[in-house]
Formats: sequence, C-alpha cells, structure tokens
Amino acid sequence: MVSLADTLIQGVLLGGLYALFAAGLSLIFGVMRLVNLAHGDLIVLAAFLILTLVTALGLNAFVATLIAAPIMFAIGYALQAQVLNRTLGPDILPPLLVTFGLSIVIQNGLLEAFSADSRRINVGWLETASLPLGPINVGVMPLLTFASALAVIVGLNQLFYRTALGRAFRATSDDKVTASLMGIRPDRIFATATGIAMVVAAIAALYLGARANFDPTIGPARLIYAFEAVIIGGLGSMWGTLAGGVIIGVAQTFGAAINPEWQILLGHVAFIAVLLIKPRGLFPRATD
Amino acid sequence: MEATPAGWWVETRTKASAIFALVAIATILVALAAPLFASRGALQDLFFILTMLVLAQSWNLLAGYAGLVSVGQQAFVGFGGYAMFACVLLAGLDPLLAILIAGVAATLLAVLTGQFVFRLQGAYFAIGTWVVAEVVRLTLAQWAALGGGTGTSLPAHATRDMLGATTVGRLFGFRPAQPVDTICYWLALVLAVGTIGFIYRLLRSRQGLALAAVRDNQEAARSVGVDARRVKTFVYFAVAFVTGLTGALIYVQKARISPDAAFSVLDWTAYVIFIVAIGGIGTIEGPIVGVVVFLLLQNTLADYGSWYLLVLGLIGIVVMLFAPRGLWGLFSERTGIQLFPVRRMLVGGPPIAASEETPDALKGAPHVDSVGENARPSRSGR
Amino acid sequence: MALLEITDLTARYGDFQALFGVDMTLDPGETIAVVGANGAGKSTLMRSIAGVLNNAADQIVFDGLPIGAMSAAEVMSLGIAMVPEGRRLFPSLSVEENLLIGKYGRAASGAWSLETIYGLFPILKERRDAPATALSGGQQQMAAIGRALISNPRILLCDEISLGLAPVVIRDIYAIFPRLRETGASVVIVEQDIGQALKVADRVYCMMEGRVTLTGAPAELTREAIHAAYFGAP
Repeated sequence: MVSLADTLIQGVLLGGLYALFAAGLSLIFGVMRLVNLAHGDLIVLAAFLILTLVTALGLNAFVATLIAAPIMFAIGYALQAQVLNRTLGPDILPPLLVTFGLSIVIQNGLLEAFSADSRRINVGWLETASLPLGPINVGVMPLLTFASALAVIVGLNQLFYRTALGRAFRATSDDKVTASLMGIRPDRIFATATGIAMVVAAIAALYLGARANFDPTIGPARLIYAFEAVIIGGLGSMWGTLAGGVIIGVAQTFGAAINPEWQILLGHVAFIAVLLIKPRGLFPRATD
Repeated sequence: MEATPAGWWVETRTKASAIFALVAIATILVALAAPLFASRGALQDLFFILTMLVLAQSWNLLAGYAGLVSVGQQAFVGFGGYAMFACVLLAGLDPLLAILIAGVAATLLAVLTGQFVFRLQGAYFAIGTWVVAEVVRLTLAQWAALGGGTGTSLPAHATRDMLGATTVGRLFGFRPAQPVDTICYWLALVLAVGTIGFIYRLLRSRQGLALAAVRDNQEAARSVGVDARRVKTFVYFAVAFVTGLTGALIYVQKARISPDAAFSVLDWTAYVIFIVAIGGIGTIEGPIVGVVVFLLLQNTLADYGSWYLLVLGLIGIVVMLFAPRGLWGLFSERTGIQLFPVRRMLVGGPPIAASEETPDALKGAPHVDSVGENARPSRSGR
Repeated sequence: MALLEITDLTARYGDFQALFGVDMTLDPGETIAVVGANGAGKSTLMRSIAGVLNNAADQIVFDGLPIGAMSAAEVMSLGIAMVPEGRRLFPSLSVEENLLIGKYGRAASGAWSLETIYGLFPILKERRDAPATALSGGQQQMAAIGRALISNPRILLCDEISLGLAPVVIRDIYAIFPRLRETGASVVIVEQDIGQALKVADRVYCMMEGRVTLTGAPAELTREAIHAAYFGAP
C-alpha cells in the first residue's frame, strides 16, 4: 500500500517536471498555433547555459537560473522575431520544417560546443534531501519542481486572464487582423510570447539538469512528453497542461514500477488512450 | 472528354516533358546495366539514393499533396524491416517474399494506427504519428526472438540462398555475397521507377485532381462531391505500403536490424523531410533534385560529424524561409518547365477572341484550366 | 484643413483593381456616409484608411500626416479606430475584455471610458462577463462600437454596422449618433441602408465599381440621382 502511494506521488511530482516542459509549449501553441519542434532542444540549451554559469562563475544553480532567464527571454524574442515569424501562415509545413531544422542545428551546435558527455547541474545537498510525508519520504527537489510548475501555471494564467498583455495574447490568437486594428502589433506579441516561453524553459532546464544527467541529444524525447501533456490537456488550458503532465508522469512511473523497460511506453499508451476518448483533449478552452 | 466542348481536348504533355521522358528511359536502361560496370561501393551508394528517393517521393505525396504532415513514417520503415526479419528468421521464408509480406504488414499497421491518427488534425496529427512510431519501436524492442533492444542479424545463408541469387551469381561471375547487393539494387530501381510512375499516374487521374482540390480548399472540394477523407486514407495506406516495402528492402541489404536504427527519426524522417523540402515540396521533380543535393552534401561533409548535420539543418531552415517551393520550385517558377507535368491544359479549339474584358495576359493564349501543381498549396493540415 | 484627405486613392487585390482614384475629405466633427452596392469598393476604402490595406503614402493624409502606407496598428495608435465589417469581436475575450482591448494601442483621455460606454449601451454592462459570442447580433454590434470608442479616437470608421440586423435593432444602434455628434466625433460610415445613412450624415459619397459617382449633402440629393449613382444609369 505504501509502495502504491509512493509510486503515485513520484508520478505526480514527475508530472510537475513534464508540466514545466509543456507550459512554454502550451503558451506558444495557444497564442500562435506554432508547433515548435525545437522546444525540447531549447530547454537543453538553457540547461547548458545554466551549467556554464554555474561552473564558470561558481554561482548557485538557482541564482544562475535567475541570470539565465532574461538571456533566454532575449533568445526567444529574437528567434521569433527574426526567424519564426516568417513561417507563420495558413500552411503548417514551414514552421514544422524550420523548427525541425532548428532542432538539428541546436543539438549539433551543443555537441560541438560541449561534446556528447553527460552533465549534471549541481544543487548540492538539495539533490538527496527528502521530507517525510506520512509514511513516505519525498525528495525535496521533486517537491520544488512541482511547486515551481504550480507557480508557473498560476503565473501564466494570471498573465493571460488578468493583464492587458494577456488580453492581447488571446485577441491576437483569435484574429490577427482585427487585433492589429486595436493597435496590437502581432509580430511583437508573438515575439514576447516566445520570450516568456523561454523563461519558463529556463526554469524547466534547472530541474531537468538537476534531476538527472543530460546531454545535447535528449531534447526530442522531452519534446514528445511536453507535446503529449499539452495535447491531452487541451489547447489553451494551462491547468489542462498540468493535468496532462501529471497523467504522463503517473503513467510512466507506474510503467516503470511494473517493468523498467515499460516506463516510456506506458506514457505513450496513456496519451493515445486519452486522445481516443477525447480527441481535443481534456479541457480544450480555445476555439481551434 | 465528356465535359469538354467540341474541338478542345485536355492535355498534360509539354515539350520539355516529352524530351525528359526520353532522357528518363535512357537513364533507366543505363541504370539497369549498372551492376555490370559499377563497383560494389558505388552500387551501394546508388541503392541508398534510390531508397531515399522512394521514401522522399512517398512523404511528398503524403504531406505535399494529401496535406498529411507525418513525422512518424519511420514507423513503417521499421515495421517493414521487422516484418521481413520475422518472416525470414522465424518462418524461414525467402527474403524477396518476405519483402512483399512486409509491405502488406505495414499497410495493416496503417489501418490500425489510422484509427487513431485520423482523429487528429494539423500539428496534433504530426505529433500523433511520431508517438505512434515510438510506441511501435518500444513494443518491438520487447520482442526477444528478434533481438529485443539490441537487435539481430540475418544469417548469411538466408540472403545467399535468396531467390535469383545463384542465377545472378553465375551470370555475372560474382562472389557469393555480391548477388544480394545486385538484386537489392535492381529491386530498389524497380521500386523507385514504380513509385514515381504510380505517383505521376495518380496525380493525372481523377483521384489526383481530387487530391489537388482537397489540398487547395477542402470545403470547396467537398461541395463538389470530393470525399476528402477517402482520398487521404487511400494515400496514407498506399504510402505505408511503399514505405514498408522500402524498409524491408533496406534491411535485407543491411542484414542487421535494431529498434533504434529501424525507427530512427533522423534517418527515416529528418533526412527525408530535408530532401523533400530542399528539392521542392508538392512536385515530383523536387525529391529527385533533393536526393542529389543531399548526396552531394553527404559526400562532401560526412567526415565532419556534427558540422555536417548542423549545415544540413541550416540549409533546410534557409531554404524553407526564403524558397519555400524548394530548389526545383525556384527553377520551375523562373523557367516554367515541368518534367512531370500534371497541370491540365485545355488545348485545341478556336482561339479566344480578344475583347475589352479579356485581360492582356489571356489574349490569344490557349485557355488554361489549371488545377494541381502550380496552384499555391495550402496545407492547413485539416 | 480637412481632418482626413483622400486623394486619388487606388487599391488592388492582386490583379483585380478595386479602387480607381477616389477623392474624399472629412472635416472635424463631420459625419460622412459612403453608400453603394456590394462590390462598389466601400469596404476596400475603409480598410485602406484603417491601414489593413497598404496604399501609396500620400493618397491618405490624416491631419497633415501621410498615412497611406502605414500598418493598421500604427494608424490606430494615431487615433483612427474602426468598427470592422462583421463586428469581429474576439471569441476568447469576455464582453468587458473586448471593450478594454480597444485601448491597447492608444490610451487617450476623452469622452469615452468603460463607464460612459456602459452608459451608452446598458445591456453590455449587464452582460459584461459573458463571452462575446453569447451576445445577440445587435449587442455584438454595440460592443464592437464601444470597443472602437474606448480609445477616444479622432476618427471613427463604421463599416456596415447595420448588416444582418433587424430594423428595430438598427434603429437602436443609429440612435447613438446624436450622442457621438455631441462629443465632436468625426465619423465615416459605410452603409447599405441608405435611409439611415442619409439621416445621420452631413455629406454622402456614392460609389460604384471603385469610383465615386455622386457626392453632396443629403438634402441636395434627389432619389433619382442616388439611384443612378448606386446602380448606374439605365
């Protein structure tokens, strides 16, 4: 019984990490219907950025992330403004192909710069610290990860539904032309959205890199989990994205408990199962 | 043609395409004879070109014409390869027969997975196909009899005793291992020519017209009775069949399979997409150009490891941003040349009398009733 | 000097020319109406002014500034707000949010604020938190007008605000025009309902096939003249 609860909690907390992967993606997908196949690699890029700040400047990992965040914002803004904005339109192929190419470029660029060695972001004593929760010991880092995911989701929701910028995001995503009649510049809105998504990616990168070894090639796998979370959560719903992440996390953890080789497979099976029942996701909010 | 007024008929042939047809036939004849004078290495290179060309043409048909942007075609390559391995290793069948069965097996996989992926649209469809490929990979990696996660090899005798191998060996005086390369090469040639021929005929048929209509405007197409769903499903199954055949053929030649290799996103999707995108999506000529460019890049840069892929990625990005119709698209737009013309032209009949209402561009020219290739494709992914 | 001066405006969609040298002026505090049949070029004219379509810079001059080549967002921030054809409220936003988004590009003070717009259209206040799509056609039109007014624009463009609405609803909507006049608004309306157009406008332009065929104050124009200008002489 303890083992079952333990597995469930581990799964939920893992879901927090996946929700962090997915939150940035959900934002971009929701605002501009852009499928960014390089999203996972951008998270890995952020992880290497944080790692570099930690090793080169001897900073604490969390402080390094605070510094990395605005850098990632700038990278995201520039990427959207200069490259990805050119691909937006009724055709879904250009953004898919360009971001696909971007994914390859980032992975191989990182390979050249950092080699294929596995890395880890050092968080010191936090790595092994745990808190007793009833009969179960829960790791502090997983808890922090989940708490951060919650904070990010709440923050993004506040942004979307309580601020003028959020209104602009939603309006632009509804109707680009009429939004421009309101004085909104869609190009800048999109660039801002991607910038914010990259800040979230930086946070995700911290927990990714602290939790397990990473190398330049793990981006695409993270991308799949992120997309699965976004899609089963439903377009336009941040809480849906969290729910999606948790579902994938729990499915994977239970899979691993049955047979380590089944971990990833069960995550995919859960994804397919949810979509078979609800093809538009659990909580689709926006109109497609 | 029933609907054409008296004196007119519909034609797709152009002068350039007629010349090209002759050149193509000559090339094919030369290619058939290649095993006589080409080295083994060269033959393997040609095999690689041909199989990539088939995969590229197939993906092009799927995404460029039917609007089904799949990032998971590696599912059928791998499944075809594994089906062939299963037939040979577990059922003792001849590899050639196994290839055929693999094609059918891949089609069955398409029927099964279609139930899932066809509920999705656009970007969801793309990710869905990728997940499906991963599921197939992870599932097959559990199959111990075929090597599980590390994979397995074809025993030497299975290929050596392949149908036709001894005959070819005697005819050409090859050493025992070479007939396999030759037969695989010929099969690849047949597959490539057959696939291109099939696609060309399809696009010139009623189904092809329907495809072009669906690609341009699904609602309008439906309003004139075109069943988009049926047309797309047919294409999805047909492409799965061809991709499965190709996968099986590739792994007969390699004689060694593993889940990571057989379902590699890089080899069977990334490279394929780059070939199609750089060459020109939505044209038959495009993938041919793309394969040539790809091979040139690979030969010049292969020694540079990650730089090679980096350059490939950058070229892909630049081409998609600034030349979305690809290299062939650029050329074709400038010169108006089509080697595989599918644009239908109404020719013959009396000339259109020039009048005040006729825009200058149309005065005196044959009336063009164009659908298909040169219409700007809009893949809204529906 | 006129607030808005349009000189020899041409516009095309690809090979199709929609406007052939249109001349038009709008003085401060004036309401002008543009009437004509479908396809006459009225909406093209509006979209050109609003910046949705790009034209030659000096073909449209706003308070001395050539705006013909500016984007919609730029034109809006200068103070020209449009009530687009078909209303085009944002489905993801509530009624109130739709009103508020109207001043994203320009926060100018003036007669209009959320409160005064709710005063003009009380039904919107009642349904302020409803999704915009839940409103009736007439209510959506009110919201679209409110959305344009909230930025206190110097010129208000109204594109076919009577389209698809029942006569009694149209009457209610046009009832606000005296209020607009009081605040000194300068308005351009495009209308297929000639009756309403003649009632509220100081001057009328009639268009046909991309050209202005008749212009004048409503009192000066005879029914026959308008008919000929609208449909073409028989």
